[in-house]
Amino acid sequence: MIELTDIYKSFGKVEVLKGISASIAKREVVCIIGPSGSGKSTILRCINGLESYDRGDIRIEGIRVDRNAPSIVSVRTQVSMVFQRFNLFPHRTALENVIAGPIYVKKEPRAEALERGRALLERVGLSEKADVYPPQLSGGQQQRVAIARALAMQPKAILFDEPTSALDPELVGDVLGVMRKLADDGMTMVVVTHEMAFAKDVADRVLFIDGGVIVEQGPAKSVLNQPQHARTQDFLRRVLHPL
Amino acid sequence: MQKFFSDAVEFFPILLQGVWLTVVVTIGSLALSTVFGLFWALLRVSGIGVLASLSAGLINVIRGIPIIVLLFFLYFVMPDFGVALTALQASILGLGIAYSAYQSENFRAGIEAIDKGQIEAAQTIGMGWWLTMRRVVLPQAIKIVLPPYGNIMIMMLKDSSQASTITVAELALQGKLIASSTFKNTSVFTLVALMYLTMSIPLILLVRHFEKKANRK
Repeated sequence: MIELTDIYKSFGKVEVLKGISASIAKREVVCIIGPSGSGKSTILRCINGLESYDRGDIRIEGIRVDRNAPSIVSVRTQVSMVFQRFNLFPHRTALENVIAGPIYVKKEPRAEALERGRALLERVGLSEKADVYPPQLSGGQQQRVAIARALAMQPKAILFDEPTSALDPELVGDVLGVMRKLADDGMTMVVVTHEMAFAKDVADRVLFIDGGVIVEQGPAKSVLNQPQHARTQDFLRRVLHPL
Repeated sequence: MQKFFSDAVEFFPILLQGVWLTVVVTIGSLALSTVFGLFWALLRVSGIGVLASLSAGLINVIRGIPIIVLLFFLYFVMPDFGVALTALQASILGLGIAYSAYQSENFRAGIEAIDKGQIEAAQTIGMGWWLTMRRVVLPQAIKIVLPPYGNIMIMMLKDSSQASTITVAELALQGKLIASSTFKNTSVFTLVALMYLTMSIPLILLVRHFEKKANRK
């Protein structure tokens, strides 16, 4: 459903992506792991056109992703994104954040959007927080609202950019729990994460990225349990046993 | 003191006519400068290089010309090019243009204070540039922008007196005319100053209200 073919991307003189090719099937959950600065987030940002790419081809169900083409709006309504820092709109309540896309972009009737919005908040376990403003919510709650906001667009896939990295440790579980439920429901997900336990449990496939290239990929359990490449082994050792 | 009061009773109605024009010039140029200023600011943050530098250049030109020269230009020079404005029109247009530069910088500061992440989030739910501005950026920027906006209102009220230089008989010019015909400089200009102050006080209170509101958030 998402096809990346030989993607190159530079920021100024720094080449961040050096020929990334990957294919993500419908209902598949793919985790992207790798050291910071390796280009993980940039891949996600290229997939929904937050960044342009210099060379190669990204297609979502056959439609080329080009952030300067009008088609980008339909690409983005099909592929939602959840950010590390939540990026909720602080002047709108949780529920209003969730329905903003449906009513302003999709022009859904307000009553319908509200009903669906409440249902989505319930799905992420926050039905009682509908009328609360984001600054009054904990990080974990904000991230769950952000997931509900992404779901409200009825996307075909959701991109997660380190969704738990900005959270206090005891709040991580709630967010991962919601994500696991989404995966079980058959949502196509691409997750940049440092949560190896989540990757092992939930992901179908893991891509290990270092220095702008895919160093190793395969079924989650085999990459994480028996990494073949020295750099993957080294990375996993340092993540799993930091001391 | 007694003399001042009797003078005040005599001159007040005449000065009040000037107050009316002061209010017209202030509100007119405030509206104009707000519209122009917002427009320049949106060009500036449009992300389109040509428009952004056009706006930046224009703002610098406007900022570099004294208001009084701008007024002379509109009132005395434009007729040579076939554009004849009344003194009132010229003063509203001149002050509006002059202040649009300050308004624009104020609006831009407010817009740029909004976290880029929110703009990206808006994009990822399919919002275009204008929808993002209208629904995400501007509603938040307005809270940041209001206190300085109030200060600009006060400055405009006072600078509306510059319209007197192109014969608009607003409060300052009315005062000067009465003073030069009666030689009661002290009474007249004291009264004029008090009347400006009286008009400023509600604006000052408004600014204070805006600031309190902005700090609460």
